[in-house]
Amino acid sequence: MSQSTTSAGRTNTVRTPRRRTTKARRIDELILLLFTVPALIIYIVFFVLPTLQSAQYSITNWDGFSGTFDYVGIHNFVRAITSDSLFTSSLVNNLKFWIIVLVFQTLAALLLAVMLFRNSRSTSVLRGLFFFPTILSSISVAYIWKFIYDPNYGLGNGLLHLFGASSSFLGNNDTAIYWVALTQVWFHAGQMMTIFIAGLQSVPQEMLEAAAVDGASRWRTFTSITWPMIAPATSIVLAYTTIQSFKAFDVILGLAGNPPKPSMDILSTRIYTTFANNQFGYAAAEAILFVIVIVVLNGGVRRLVGLTQAGS
Amino acid sequence: MGYKFARGGLLTIFAVMIVVPVLVVLLGTFKSMQQLFDSPFGLPESWSIRNYVDVLTQHNMGQAFINSTVVTASSVFLTLFISSMAAYGIARLRGWKSVLIFGFLVLGMSVPAQANMIPQYVLFGRLGLLNNLLGLILINVVTGIPVSTFIMGSFMKTLPHEMFEAAAVDGVGPARAYYRIALPLSGPSIAAAAIFLFVIQWNELLYPLLFIQSPDKQTIPLRLLGFQGEFLTNYPLLFTGVAIASIPITIAYVLLQRYFVEGMTSGAVKG
Repeated sequence: MSQSTTSAGRTNTVRTPRRRTTKARRIDELILLLFTVPALIIYIVFFVLPTLQSAQYSITNWDGFSGTFDYVGIHNFVRAITSDSLFTSSLVNNLKFWIIVLVFQTLAALLLAVMLFRNSRSTSVLRGLFFFPTILSSISVAYIWKFIYDPNYGLGNGLLHLFGASSSFLGNNDTAIYWVALTQVWFHAGQMMTIFIAGLQSVPQEMLEAAAVDGASRWRTFTSITWPMIAPATSIVLAYTTIQSFKAFDVILGLAGNPPKPSMDILSTRIYTTFANNQFGYAAAEAILFVIVIVVLNGGVRRLVGLTQAGS
Repeated sequence: MGYKFARGGLLTIFAVMIVVPVLVVLLGTFKSMQQLFDSPFGLPESWSIRNYVDVLTQHNMGQAFINSTVVTASSVFLTLFISSMAAYGIARLRGWKSVLIFGFLVLGMSVPAQANMIPQYVLFGRLGLLNNLLGLILINVVTGIPVSTFIMGSFMKTLPHEMFEAAAVDGVGPARAYYRIALPLSGPSIAAAAIFLFVIQWNELLYPLLFIQSPDKQTIPLRLLGFQGEFLTNYPLLFTGVAIASIPITIAYVLLQRYFVEGMTSGAVKG
């Protein structure tokens, strides 16, 4: 049935092109435009306009329920940057968290991908295993690691005791955020691995074989052939990891409580807490600074990848 | 030789880091606190499902499970429906209109929730959609449209234009071509988008946390977050909550692994 329709259609277009009138085409285009209208309306009303409204809120002192508020100009922004230690410390925590995740998650993902990119029964099982944490809810992941980090009964100290060491993990205010970062790496390294694997599989096999024939070492082959060729995958991984490190929210609430302890507070959780304390205007200003930080860092990361690409 | 040895060793360490915690959690759901602390790796003394019964009945997880199922199923379906229509329109329109609409919708992928959640909260409040499962469904659709339009739109753009032209000549208009031609041919991208949305929406915490106050309207992640305060270090009960939250998605993952990897990656891969 469907086959006869397509073959008839093909005959019509190829051999005897029956032209459809301009009017019929106009109507078709109108119908196609209508197909995009439900998505556009929902998106504009519930997504785009609220995004713009955030900018408006950010210059007010609105508390979220009063009928009135004042416009306070850039006061909220100045306050966040200069006199709110909770905001600046959450920014610093977020930067530490980001750097650790960016470095270690990317290295782990790349290492795994290099070891597993060839297709075989065992590599596909292992890939499935390493990807698995990605599908869990962040709260679940946080609770698994809460137990690992439990200073008295946890698996972490169980392991450290074997070496005669111990740690208070999340209990130490100076280092807690790094342990949270380790959890994030466990959570998403497998997801980034799959992006690297796609990149590695696109490297032509003949080039690697030629290098092997020429007697190049594995390391040499990697640095001069593989690494430059997977640059697009690397830049996707770095950009996505950066965004993920700033959007992390559930993991923090799961490990650090709600509201989170200041030692583990990052920007997303800080904005939420400000909002929950009925400082809508101020929270909106914090959110705008948050977006600016992400945009700037992402731009920086892209440039960095561009430089290594040019260098190799 | 050295490489093979190092590779085997490293892969074993990484695998142990995933398998051991997951196993400890799973076995822990059948243990008492004392048992868990005494022998975290050992098999439970009895395979009693008491923790599961407790968590599902006394701690509202049963209700949360129903809520999560209703919200996730409805919002995945609605998001796919609305986005596939938009994707289809974008794929078949030509010139600047297509580029503009696609770019505009996909732009939303790079806007973090924090950038619009406060005005959204106010708007949903005015519409009576706070503390309401309908509100959660709507916000999931809203935040799901950019990424699912991106996944399905990128795919539908690769369908040959001539096919639709031919159909049009045969009297199959654009509306019928949507469900007779475009949808059946876009199966892989619809599956990828569906799985991406399923994982994100089943696990969503931020919006339920913002919107929901009543205990009987909580979704699983929100209920799970509440466990923290209720049983501070009662890990067997925490673990049971984790298991209940993770089992449905794990089963789906085992059955549809390839689609999961594709779906979760296609959402990430954007220039």
